[in-house]
Amino acid sequence: MAQEHTVKAFDDDITRLRGLIAEMGGLAEVALTDAIEALVKGSEDLARGVIARDKKLDVLEAEVDKLAVRIIALRAPMADDLREVIAAMKICGVLERIGDYSKNIAKSAMKVEQRRKFEPLTLIPAMADLAGQMVHDVMTAYAARDAVLAAEIIARDDKVDAFYDSIFRNLVSHMMENPASITSAAELLFVARNIERIGDHATNVAEMVHYAATGIYLTDRDDRKNA
Amino acid sequence: MDHRRKHPWAGLGIALATAAGMLASGAEPWLTLTVLVLWTGSLWLLLPDPAPFAAEPDFAGAAATARRDLLGPVGTPLVLIEGQRIVEANQAARSVLGAHILGQDARIVLRHPEAIRLLDLGDDGTVTIPGFTGGRSLWQLTRRRVDETRWLIELRDRTTEADVSRAHTDFVANASHELRTPLAAIIGYIETLIDAGGKVDPATSLRFHETVLREARRMQVLVSDLMSLSQVEAEKHDLPDETVDLARLIERVAGEATALAGKGRVEVTVPDAPVNLRGDRAQLEQLVRNLIDNALKYGDAQAPVRVTLQAEGPGSVRLAVADNGAGIAPEHLPHLTRRFYRTDPGRSRAAGGTGLGLAIVKHIVERHRGQLDIASTLGVGTTVSARFSPVS
Repeated sequence: MAQEHTVKAFDDDITRLRGLIAEMGGLAEVALTDAIEALVKGSEDLARGVIARDKKLDVLEAEVDKLAVRIIALRAPMADDLREVIAAMKICGVLERIGDYSKNIAKSAMKVEQRRKFEPLTLIPAMADLAGQMVHDVMTAYAARDAVLAAEIIARDDKVDAFYDSIFRNLVSHMMENPASITSAAELLFVARNIERIGDHATNVAEMVHYAATGIYLTDRDDRKNA
Repeated sequence: MDHRRKHPWAGLGIALATAAGMLASGAEPWLTLTVLVLWTGSLWLLLPDPAPFAAEPDFAGAAATARRDLLGPVGTPLVLIEGQRIVEANQAARSVLGAHILGQDARIVLRHPEAIRLLDLGDDGTVTIPGFTGGRSLWQLTRRRVDETRWLIELRDRTTEADVSRAHTDFVANASHELRTPLAAIIGYIETLIDAGGKVDPATSLRFHETVLREARRMQVLVSDLMSLSQVEAEKHDLPDETVDLARLIERVAGEATALAGKGRVEVTVPDAPVNLRGDRAQLEQLVRNLIDNALKYGDAQAPVRVTLQAEGPGSVRLAVADNGAGIAPEHLPHLTRRFYRTDPGRSRAAGGTGLGLAIVKHIVERHRGQLDIASTLGVGTTVSARFSPVS
């Protein structure tokens, strides 16, 4: 796939664009891992670190946008090059969202009290591991332009959703039994919700990777199941 | 590239000489001029022209090949970065990171923020990156300067080392937990007895004391297991120097076990001739004892435990301890020799197991350069066998 472009400058631009996206992916992945660690350990420092680092993601997103617009304006890319640039623009927005969700988790982490009492606190890290692995693998698929891996990642989202359902039920029954801890339980519910959204967004990135590599959209869930 | 353009001086000389000769021999001047022009013109036409480009030695290509030859066979993953781009990655690096990384932006591969920091660093440095290849992996990246624009990044997989240290922490945690459980029971019962101030009826008092004794014994067994485990581990690399007759040793240990478990519970089949092994007597006794104990504990109480020792081809004997019991599910088999690993924690503790028996067995077998094998069928039974090389 990595054929050379006759215009070296164009090649440099595309490579730089992909590099920026990868950097964003790395940041988003670490944001999720750190936010969950902050939640489990109750470490405010880690949580603050996640919140502070989210700014870097915003900066990178702006940089990707600028570079993508510049490539389109100056080089008028065609076919798979154009798809590459369009996908990069979309992916960077999604990765920024993943960073935001992680930031939300970090914020919630600081509000949860008496964390030892919650059973879902063992489920949430497992769920986050799944979602984090999706983000990691989707960036690998992006780097390798691997449409097969991308399709496989999309299939994994169901597991994250199933986790969310079980955590939801668990927390609701916890709230009914312990009305005193409803505030913390609600925070945990938000955390689970955020992780579930991260899984969905990883799926979105996977769809974009698939599109950039093959030109085929894998959007509708129902289509996927029939395929 | 002027210096490389050749002028056909020799051809020009001959042409001029011919022209001079023609003039001297009285040829027409216009004819002479025409011949001269055609001749010299043809000289330039025939000149092998832009060939010098191809003939130029390909220094860049040669350097790339040399680089590839140099990095290729190195087992450690290495990535060469020029500016921001990956210009070379050896086989090891490509198998870890994928073949697509060549020519890509370095951040495509090293996208972890710590790795990016390493890239942005103006100087050599090392970072450790968790989850670099996903999951629980741990990699150490070292960046070394090659020249003005190029950097070599060395990747080292530290996952195993991290696992070892995690296993060690787990072991300490598990051991303390296992010791604390009987201790808590002992303290609890004794406290109750003291608080009652002697007003406990004798039957209850006796029952409490029995529990205390049982828990204390459990602690004793655990402590001695922990000690033998650490001792076997410490001696793991020294070959034992005694000569031990394994056949008689098995008979003796099985005899002791029968005395405790009841007649007919242990069936022993060993050759009459001595089977001499270079080994550590105390450890081999413990090995056989642990295996028989396990079989008695987890096997069917009605069926006997079969202990056999037989020659298996030249230079190999096989000790096997088989029981008829519930068997062990296949997913547990690979973990059985891990410390404190239990397939059914409740039952194992109730039977007085420490979770260390097979870990000790494994270490003893390894120290005697033997092979441990556990075969089990659910509902049928388990056979644990160890192969050793006897001394001739």
